[in-house]
Amino acid sequence: MIMQTNSWVPLFPDQASTFAWQVDALYAYLILVSVIFSIPIIAAIFFFGVRYHEREKYATPDEMHGSIVLETVWSIIPFIVSITIFLGGAIVYFNQYRMPDDAMEVYVVGKQWMWKIQHETGQREINELHIPVGRRVKLTMTTEDTLHDFFIPAFRTKMDVVPGRYTYMWFEATKPGKYNLFCAEYCGLNHSGMGGYIYVMEQRDFDNWLSGNVSGQTPVEQGKDLFENKLGCASCHAGGPQQRGAKLEGIYGHEVKLVGGSTVTADDAYIRNSIVNPSAQVVEGFQPIMPTFKGQVTEEQLVSLVAYIKSLSGAAGTTTGGSSGTAANTSAGTGAVQSANTMTPPKADRGAVNAQGSNPNAPKTTGEPSNSNR
Amino acid sequence: MQNVEALDAAYNERPAKNYLNNGYTIKSWLLTKDHKRIAIMYLISVSAFFFMGGLYAAAIRLELLTPASDLLESGTYNKVFTQHGILMIFFFLIPSIPAVLGNFLLPIMIGAKDLALPRVNLLSLYLYWIGGGLTLYALMQGGVDTGWTFYVPYSTSFSNTFVMAVGLGIFINGFSSILTGLNFIVTIHTMRAPGMTWFRLPLFIWAMYAVSLVMILGTPVIAITVLLLAIERLARVGIFDPAIGGDPILFQHLFWFYSHPAVYIMVLPGMGVVSELISNFSRKKIFGYEFIAFSSIAIAVFGFLVWGHHMFVSGQSIYAGLVFSFLSMVVAIPSAIKMFNWSATLYKGSILFNTPMLYGLGFMGLFLIGGLTGLFLGAIGLTVHLTDTYFVVAHFHYVMVGGQMIAYLGGIHYWWPKMTGKMYSEFWGKVAAMLTFVGFNLTFFPQFILGYLGMPRRYAAYPPEFQVLNIFSTAGATVLGVGLLMPAVYLTYSLFKGKDAGPNPWMLPGLEWRTSSPPPTENFESTPVVTWEAYEFGEESGLDLDGARRRERVTTV
Repeated sequence: MIMQTNSWVPLFPDQASTFAWQVDALYAYLILVSVIFSIPIIAAIFFFGVRYHEREKYATPDEMHGSIVLETVWSIIPFIVSITIFLGGAIVYFNQYRMPDDAMEVYVVGKQWMWKIQHETGQREINELHIPVGRRVKLTMTTEDTLHDFFIPAFRTKMDVVPGRYTYMWFEATKPGKYNLFCAEYCGLNHSGMGGYIYVMEQRDFDNWLSGNVSGQTPVEQGKDLFENKLGCASCHAGGPQQRGAKLEGIYGHEVKLVGGSTVTADDAYIRNSIVNPSAQVVEGFQPIMPTFKGQVTEEQLVSLVAYIKSLSGAAGTTTGGSSGTAANTSAGTGAVQSANTMTPPKADRGAVNAQGSNPNAPKTTGEPSNSNR
Repeated sequence: MQNVEALDAAYNERPAKNYLNNGYTIKSWLLTKDHKRIAIMYLISVSAFFFMGGLYAAAIRLELLTPASDLLESGTYNKVFTQHGILMIFFFLIPSIPAVLGNFLLPIMIGAKDLALPRVNLLSLYLYWIGGGLTLYALMQGGVDTGWTFYVPYSTSFSNTFVMAVGLGIFINGFSSILTGLNFIVTIHTMRAPGMTWFRLPLFIWAMYAVSLVMILGTPVIAITVLLLAIERLARVGIFDPAIGGDPILFQHLFWFYSHPAVYIMVLPGMGVVSELISNFSRKKIFGYEFIAFSSIAIAVFGFLVWGHHMFVSGQSIYAGLVFSFLSMVVAIPSAIKMFNWSATLYKGSILFNTPMLYGLGFMGLFLIGGLTGLFLGAIGLTVHLTDTYFVVAHFHYVMVGGQMIAYLGGIHYWWPKMTGKMYSEFWGKVAAMLTFVGFNLTFFPQFILGYLGMPRRYAAYPPEFQVLNIFSTAGATVLGVGLLMPAVYLTYSLFKGKDAGPNPWMLPGLEWRTSSPPPTENFESTPVVTWEAYEFGEESGLDLDGARRRERVTTV
């Protein structure tokens, strides 16, 4: 399923997302343009080469001084063609990077040299991502260390993963199967081993997979736990008359007035920045007294905190993927004590084919200390 | 008959004094101010770096013969591709044509005795040696594994290889480029012979002028970038690494603000050489002289406005991406204009298929593919899929190797008789040119397909379905390697056993062909006065074509 193997040398990767055909069409258009431009030039070189091959030593052919008409023609035609290419590229690009509102959200954290992935419903995966066919999936990504890039050739899309910020990508798979996932931005020693597979499943199989593989909490629940218990954010931000910190309910997606008169839209990046660098953008009417949490929270915990604060505004992110999500949560029974950054390696009873990620030394439980007794 | 033979002998007689026999001591070379001797020292150094870079390339291709990382473990592989890139780009491609051919020919082609600042010229050679020496020292100590792009925060906070030593090498080498560019600009402005107006300049000189502009405007930016990188790495001042308050995207902007124009530093001189080859070996005035000249300047200017197309998926604003995509389309037009004008120059010419011309025509074929695939990578929606894959690797090798390196080899073969006074074997020259062309295409064309299939670059190991195309590529690299090694053999052989070339073996009108081969230290017996337009091949530009034909008959009888 990885590659169409009906030809000896494959020429195209699988076409498995809604915009894959658009990228392929653009590619075909560019090949056509290239061929149409190359033919006259190559034909001219060959024809002139044969026809005007040197017949007499040191001949002096008649001079020609060029032609304004010709120069204009061969400047304007390529210009027009290149504008059509630009427009085609721009349209496809907008389809690739305009994030849909109704997508299933997945959180991705890159780390030398593995991909840590978490679903809204709490499932965690390493170097693998299971998604249902025909459903929009939006990835919110960051990294614990250096640059990475989440690249799925069959979906014809990729996005750099940048430390200190969130980047986003989305896709809608059109064909069930197993597709390569690569890291496409050089990230050091085991860069070529930092990859795995995307499993695209029918909705029914995906539901089975979800219910068979639930442990821990949803990102919102983890964020709530961090917020209320482990990090103690609630002591200042939990509302009430004596609160020292800004109110967080209902802010997500809205404009916030800052000290100094400027405003900022409270998006993921703003919330993250306000946790790791609180004094940079202080809300109007408050003192810059919040300590920085940089170094105390992992990128995964930050993702959870952002998801929780988002949920306080009733925004997307509170929705759960299936009915099984919350039920399984209690049955797991580990919710409150489980450290938010513990990653469980993939289990064998997944429903789908369990292929080991191609990274030999990747799946290991991170050794960061738990904050639970705080 | 006696008369003719005497004339022939007089014509071919090598003058007693030339720049090569003007002193044989090491000191007479190391302390020379003669641009020609400096160029020869550059030629030897650049060739040594090219050979080393080629060994790294061979290691890469051998490793990629199989999907697993078995020949080299991935840490070694990462160093190998990094060092291949650094040596080839900073120490071969960038100095190749300007520092070797430009240094040797620029003063002669405009009728000057030397560059305007001969001591500065020697200084830039020493800076190149110091920078190159530091880099080699770092490679011997253990090398560097950041990729030639030095992306942060990997290079500042993660890599524990010799980033600083290599960075310092590149920093110092940058000053060599800046001084060379400055020297060329001053020389072209102030040292042209009487009658050598701007529009009588050979197009090679226009290309050197354009590339010098890019060198002096762009290179300081890479120097600043490397300096900032050093400050962050050594003093832990947060500039690029977000963990200490920096911004990694800032580094990419700074880096590509130099490194995209650097692509034009690498290809503009090649275009200049090819303009010479195509016009001279079809004995026809170049079609659209002004358009070729100004398209070089246009490329130099627009080249500074498109750096963001290296960052379409880096997290920069999507609107910035669109602007950069549009400008990247615009910068393709001047290159297209050059291609059309070169083709039109052949029309009704008298085309001589010798070794330099084969390289010139090979350049046209390869640069055509390199340029057109640049459009693929400028089309932003397509590049999201293609960037960071082998498609990009194939594209820039078509432009830099298929463009600049092929043009450099063409230029070396074209001006070899002038530089050494000797002719090489035409037969072996043509064989090497054709082997290089075939081997090059076999190496890099499969990589376009690999890239579209999704094989990421800088991978020591890859999924097995990519193997067949990688085998093609490695096989092609073998042919390419043979084609590139051959000139080293037959050109060296020609130094000892080659026929004397005479001052003007092809009866061409450029000023460099109007002095003896090899030229005297002061280039001309007396300052030439230019009364002809560029690329006039008839008797009216003072060429003794009848005499040449007569000598031709004498030697063939």
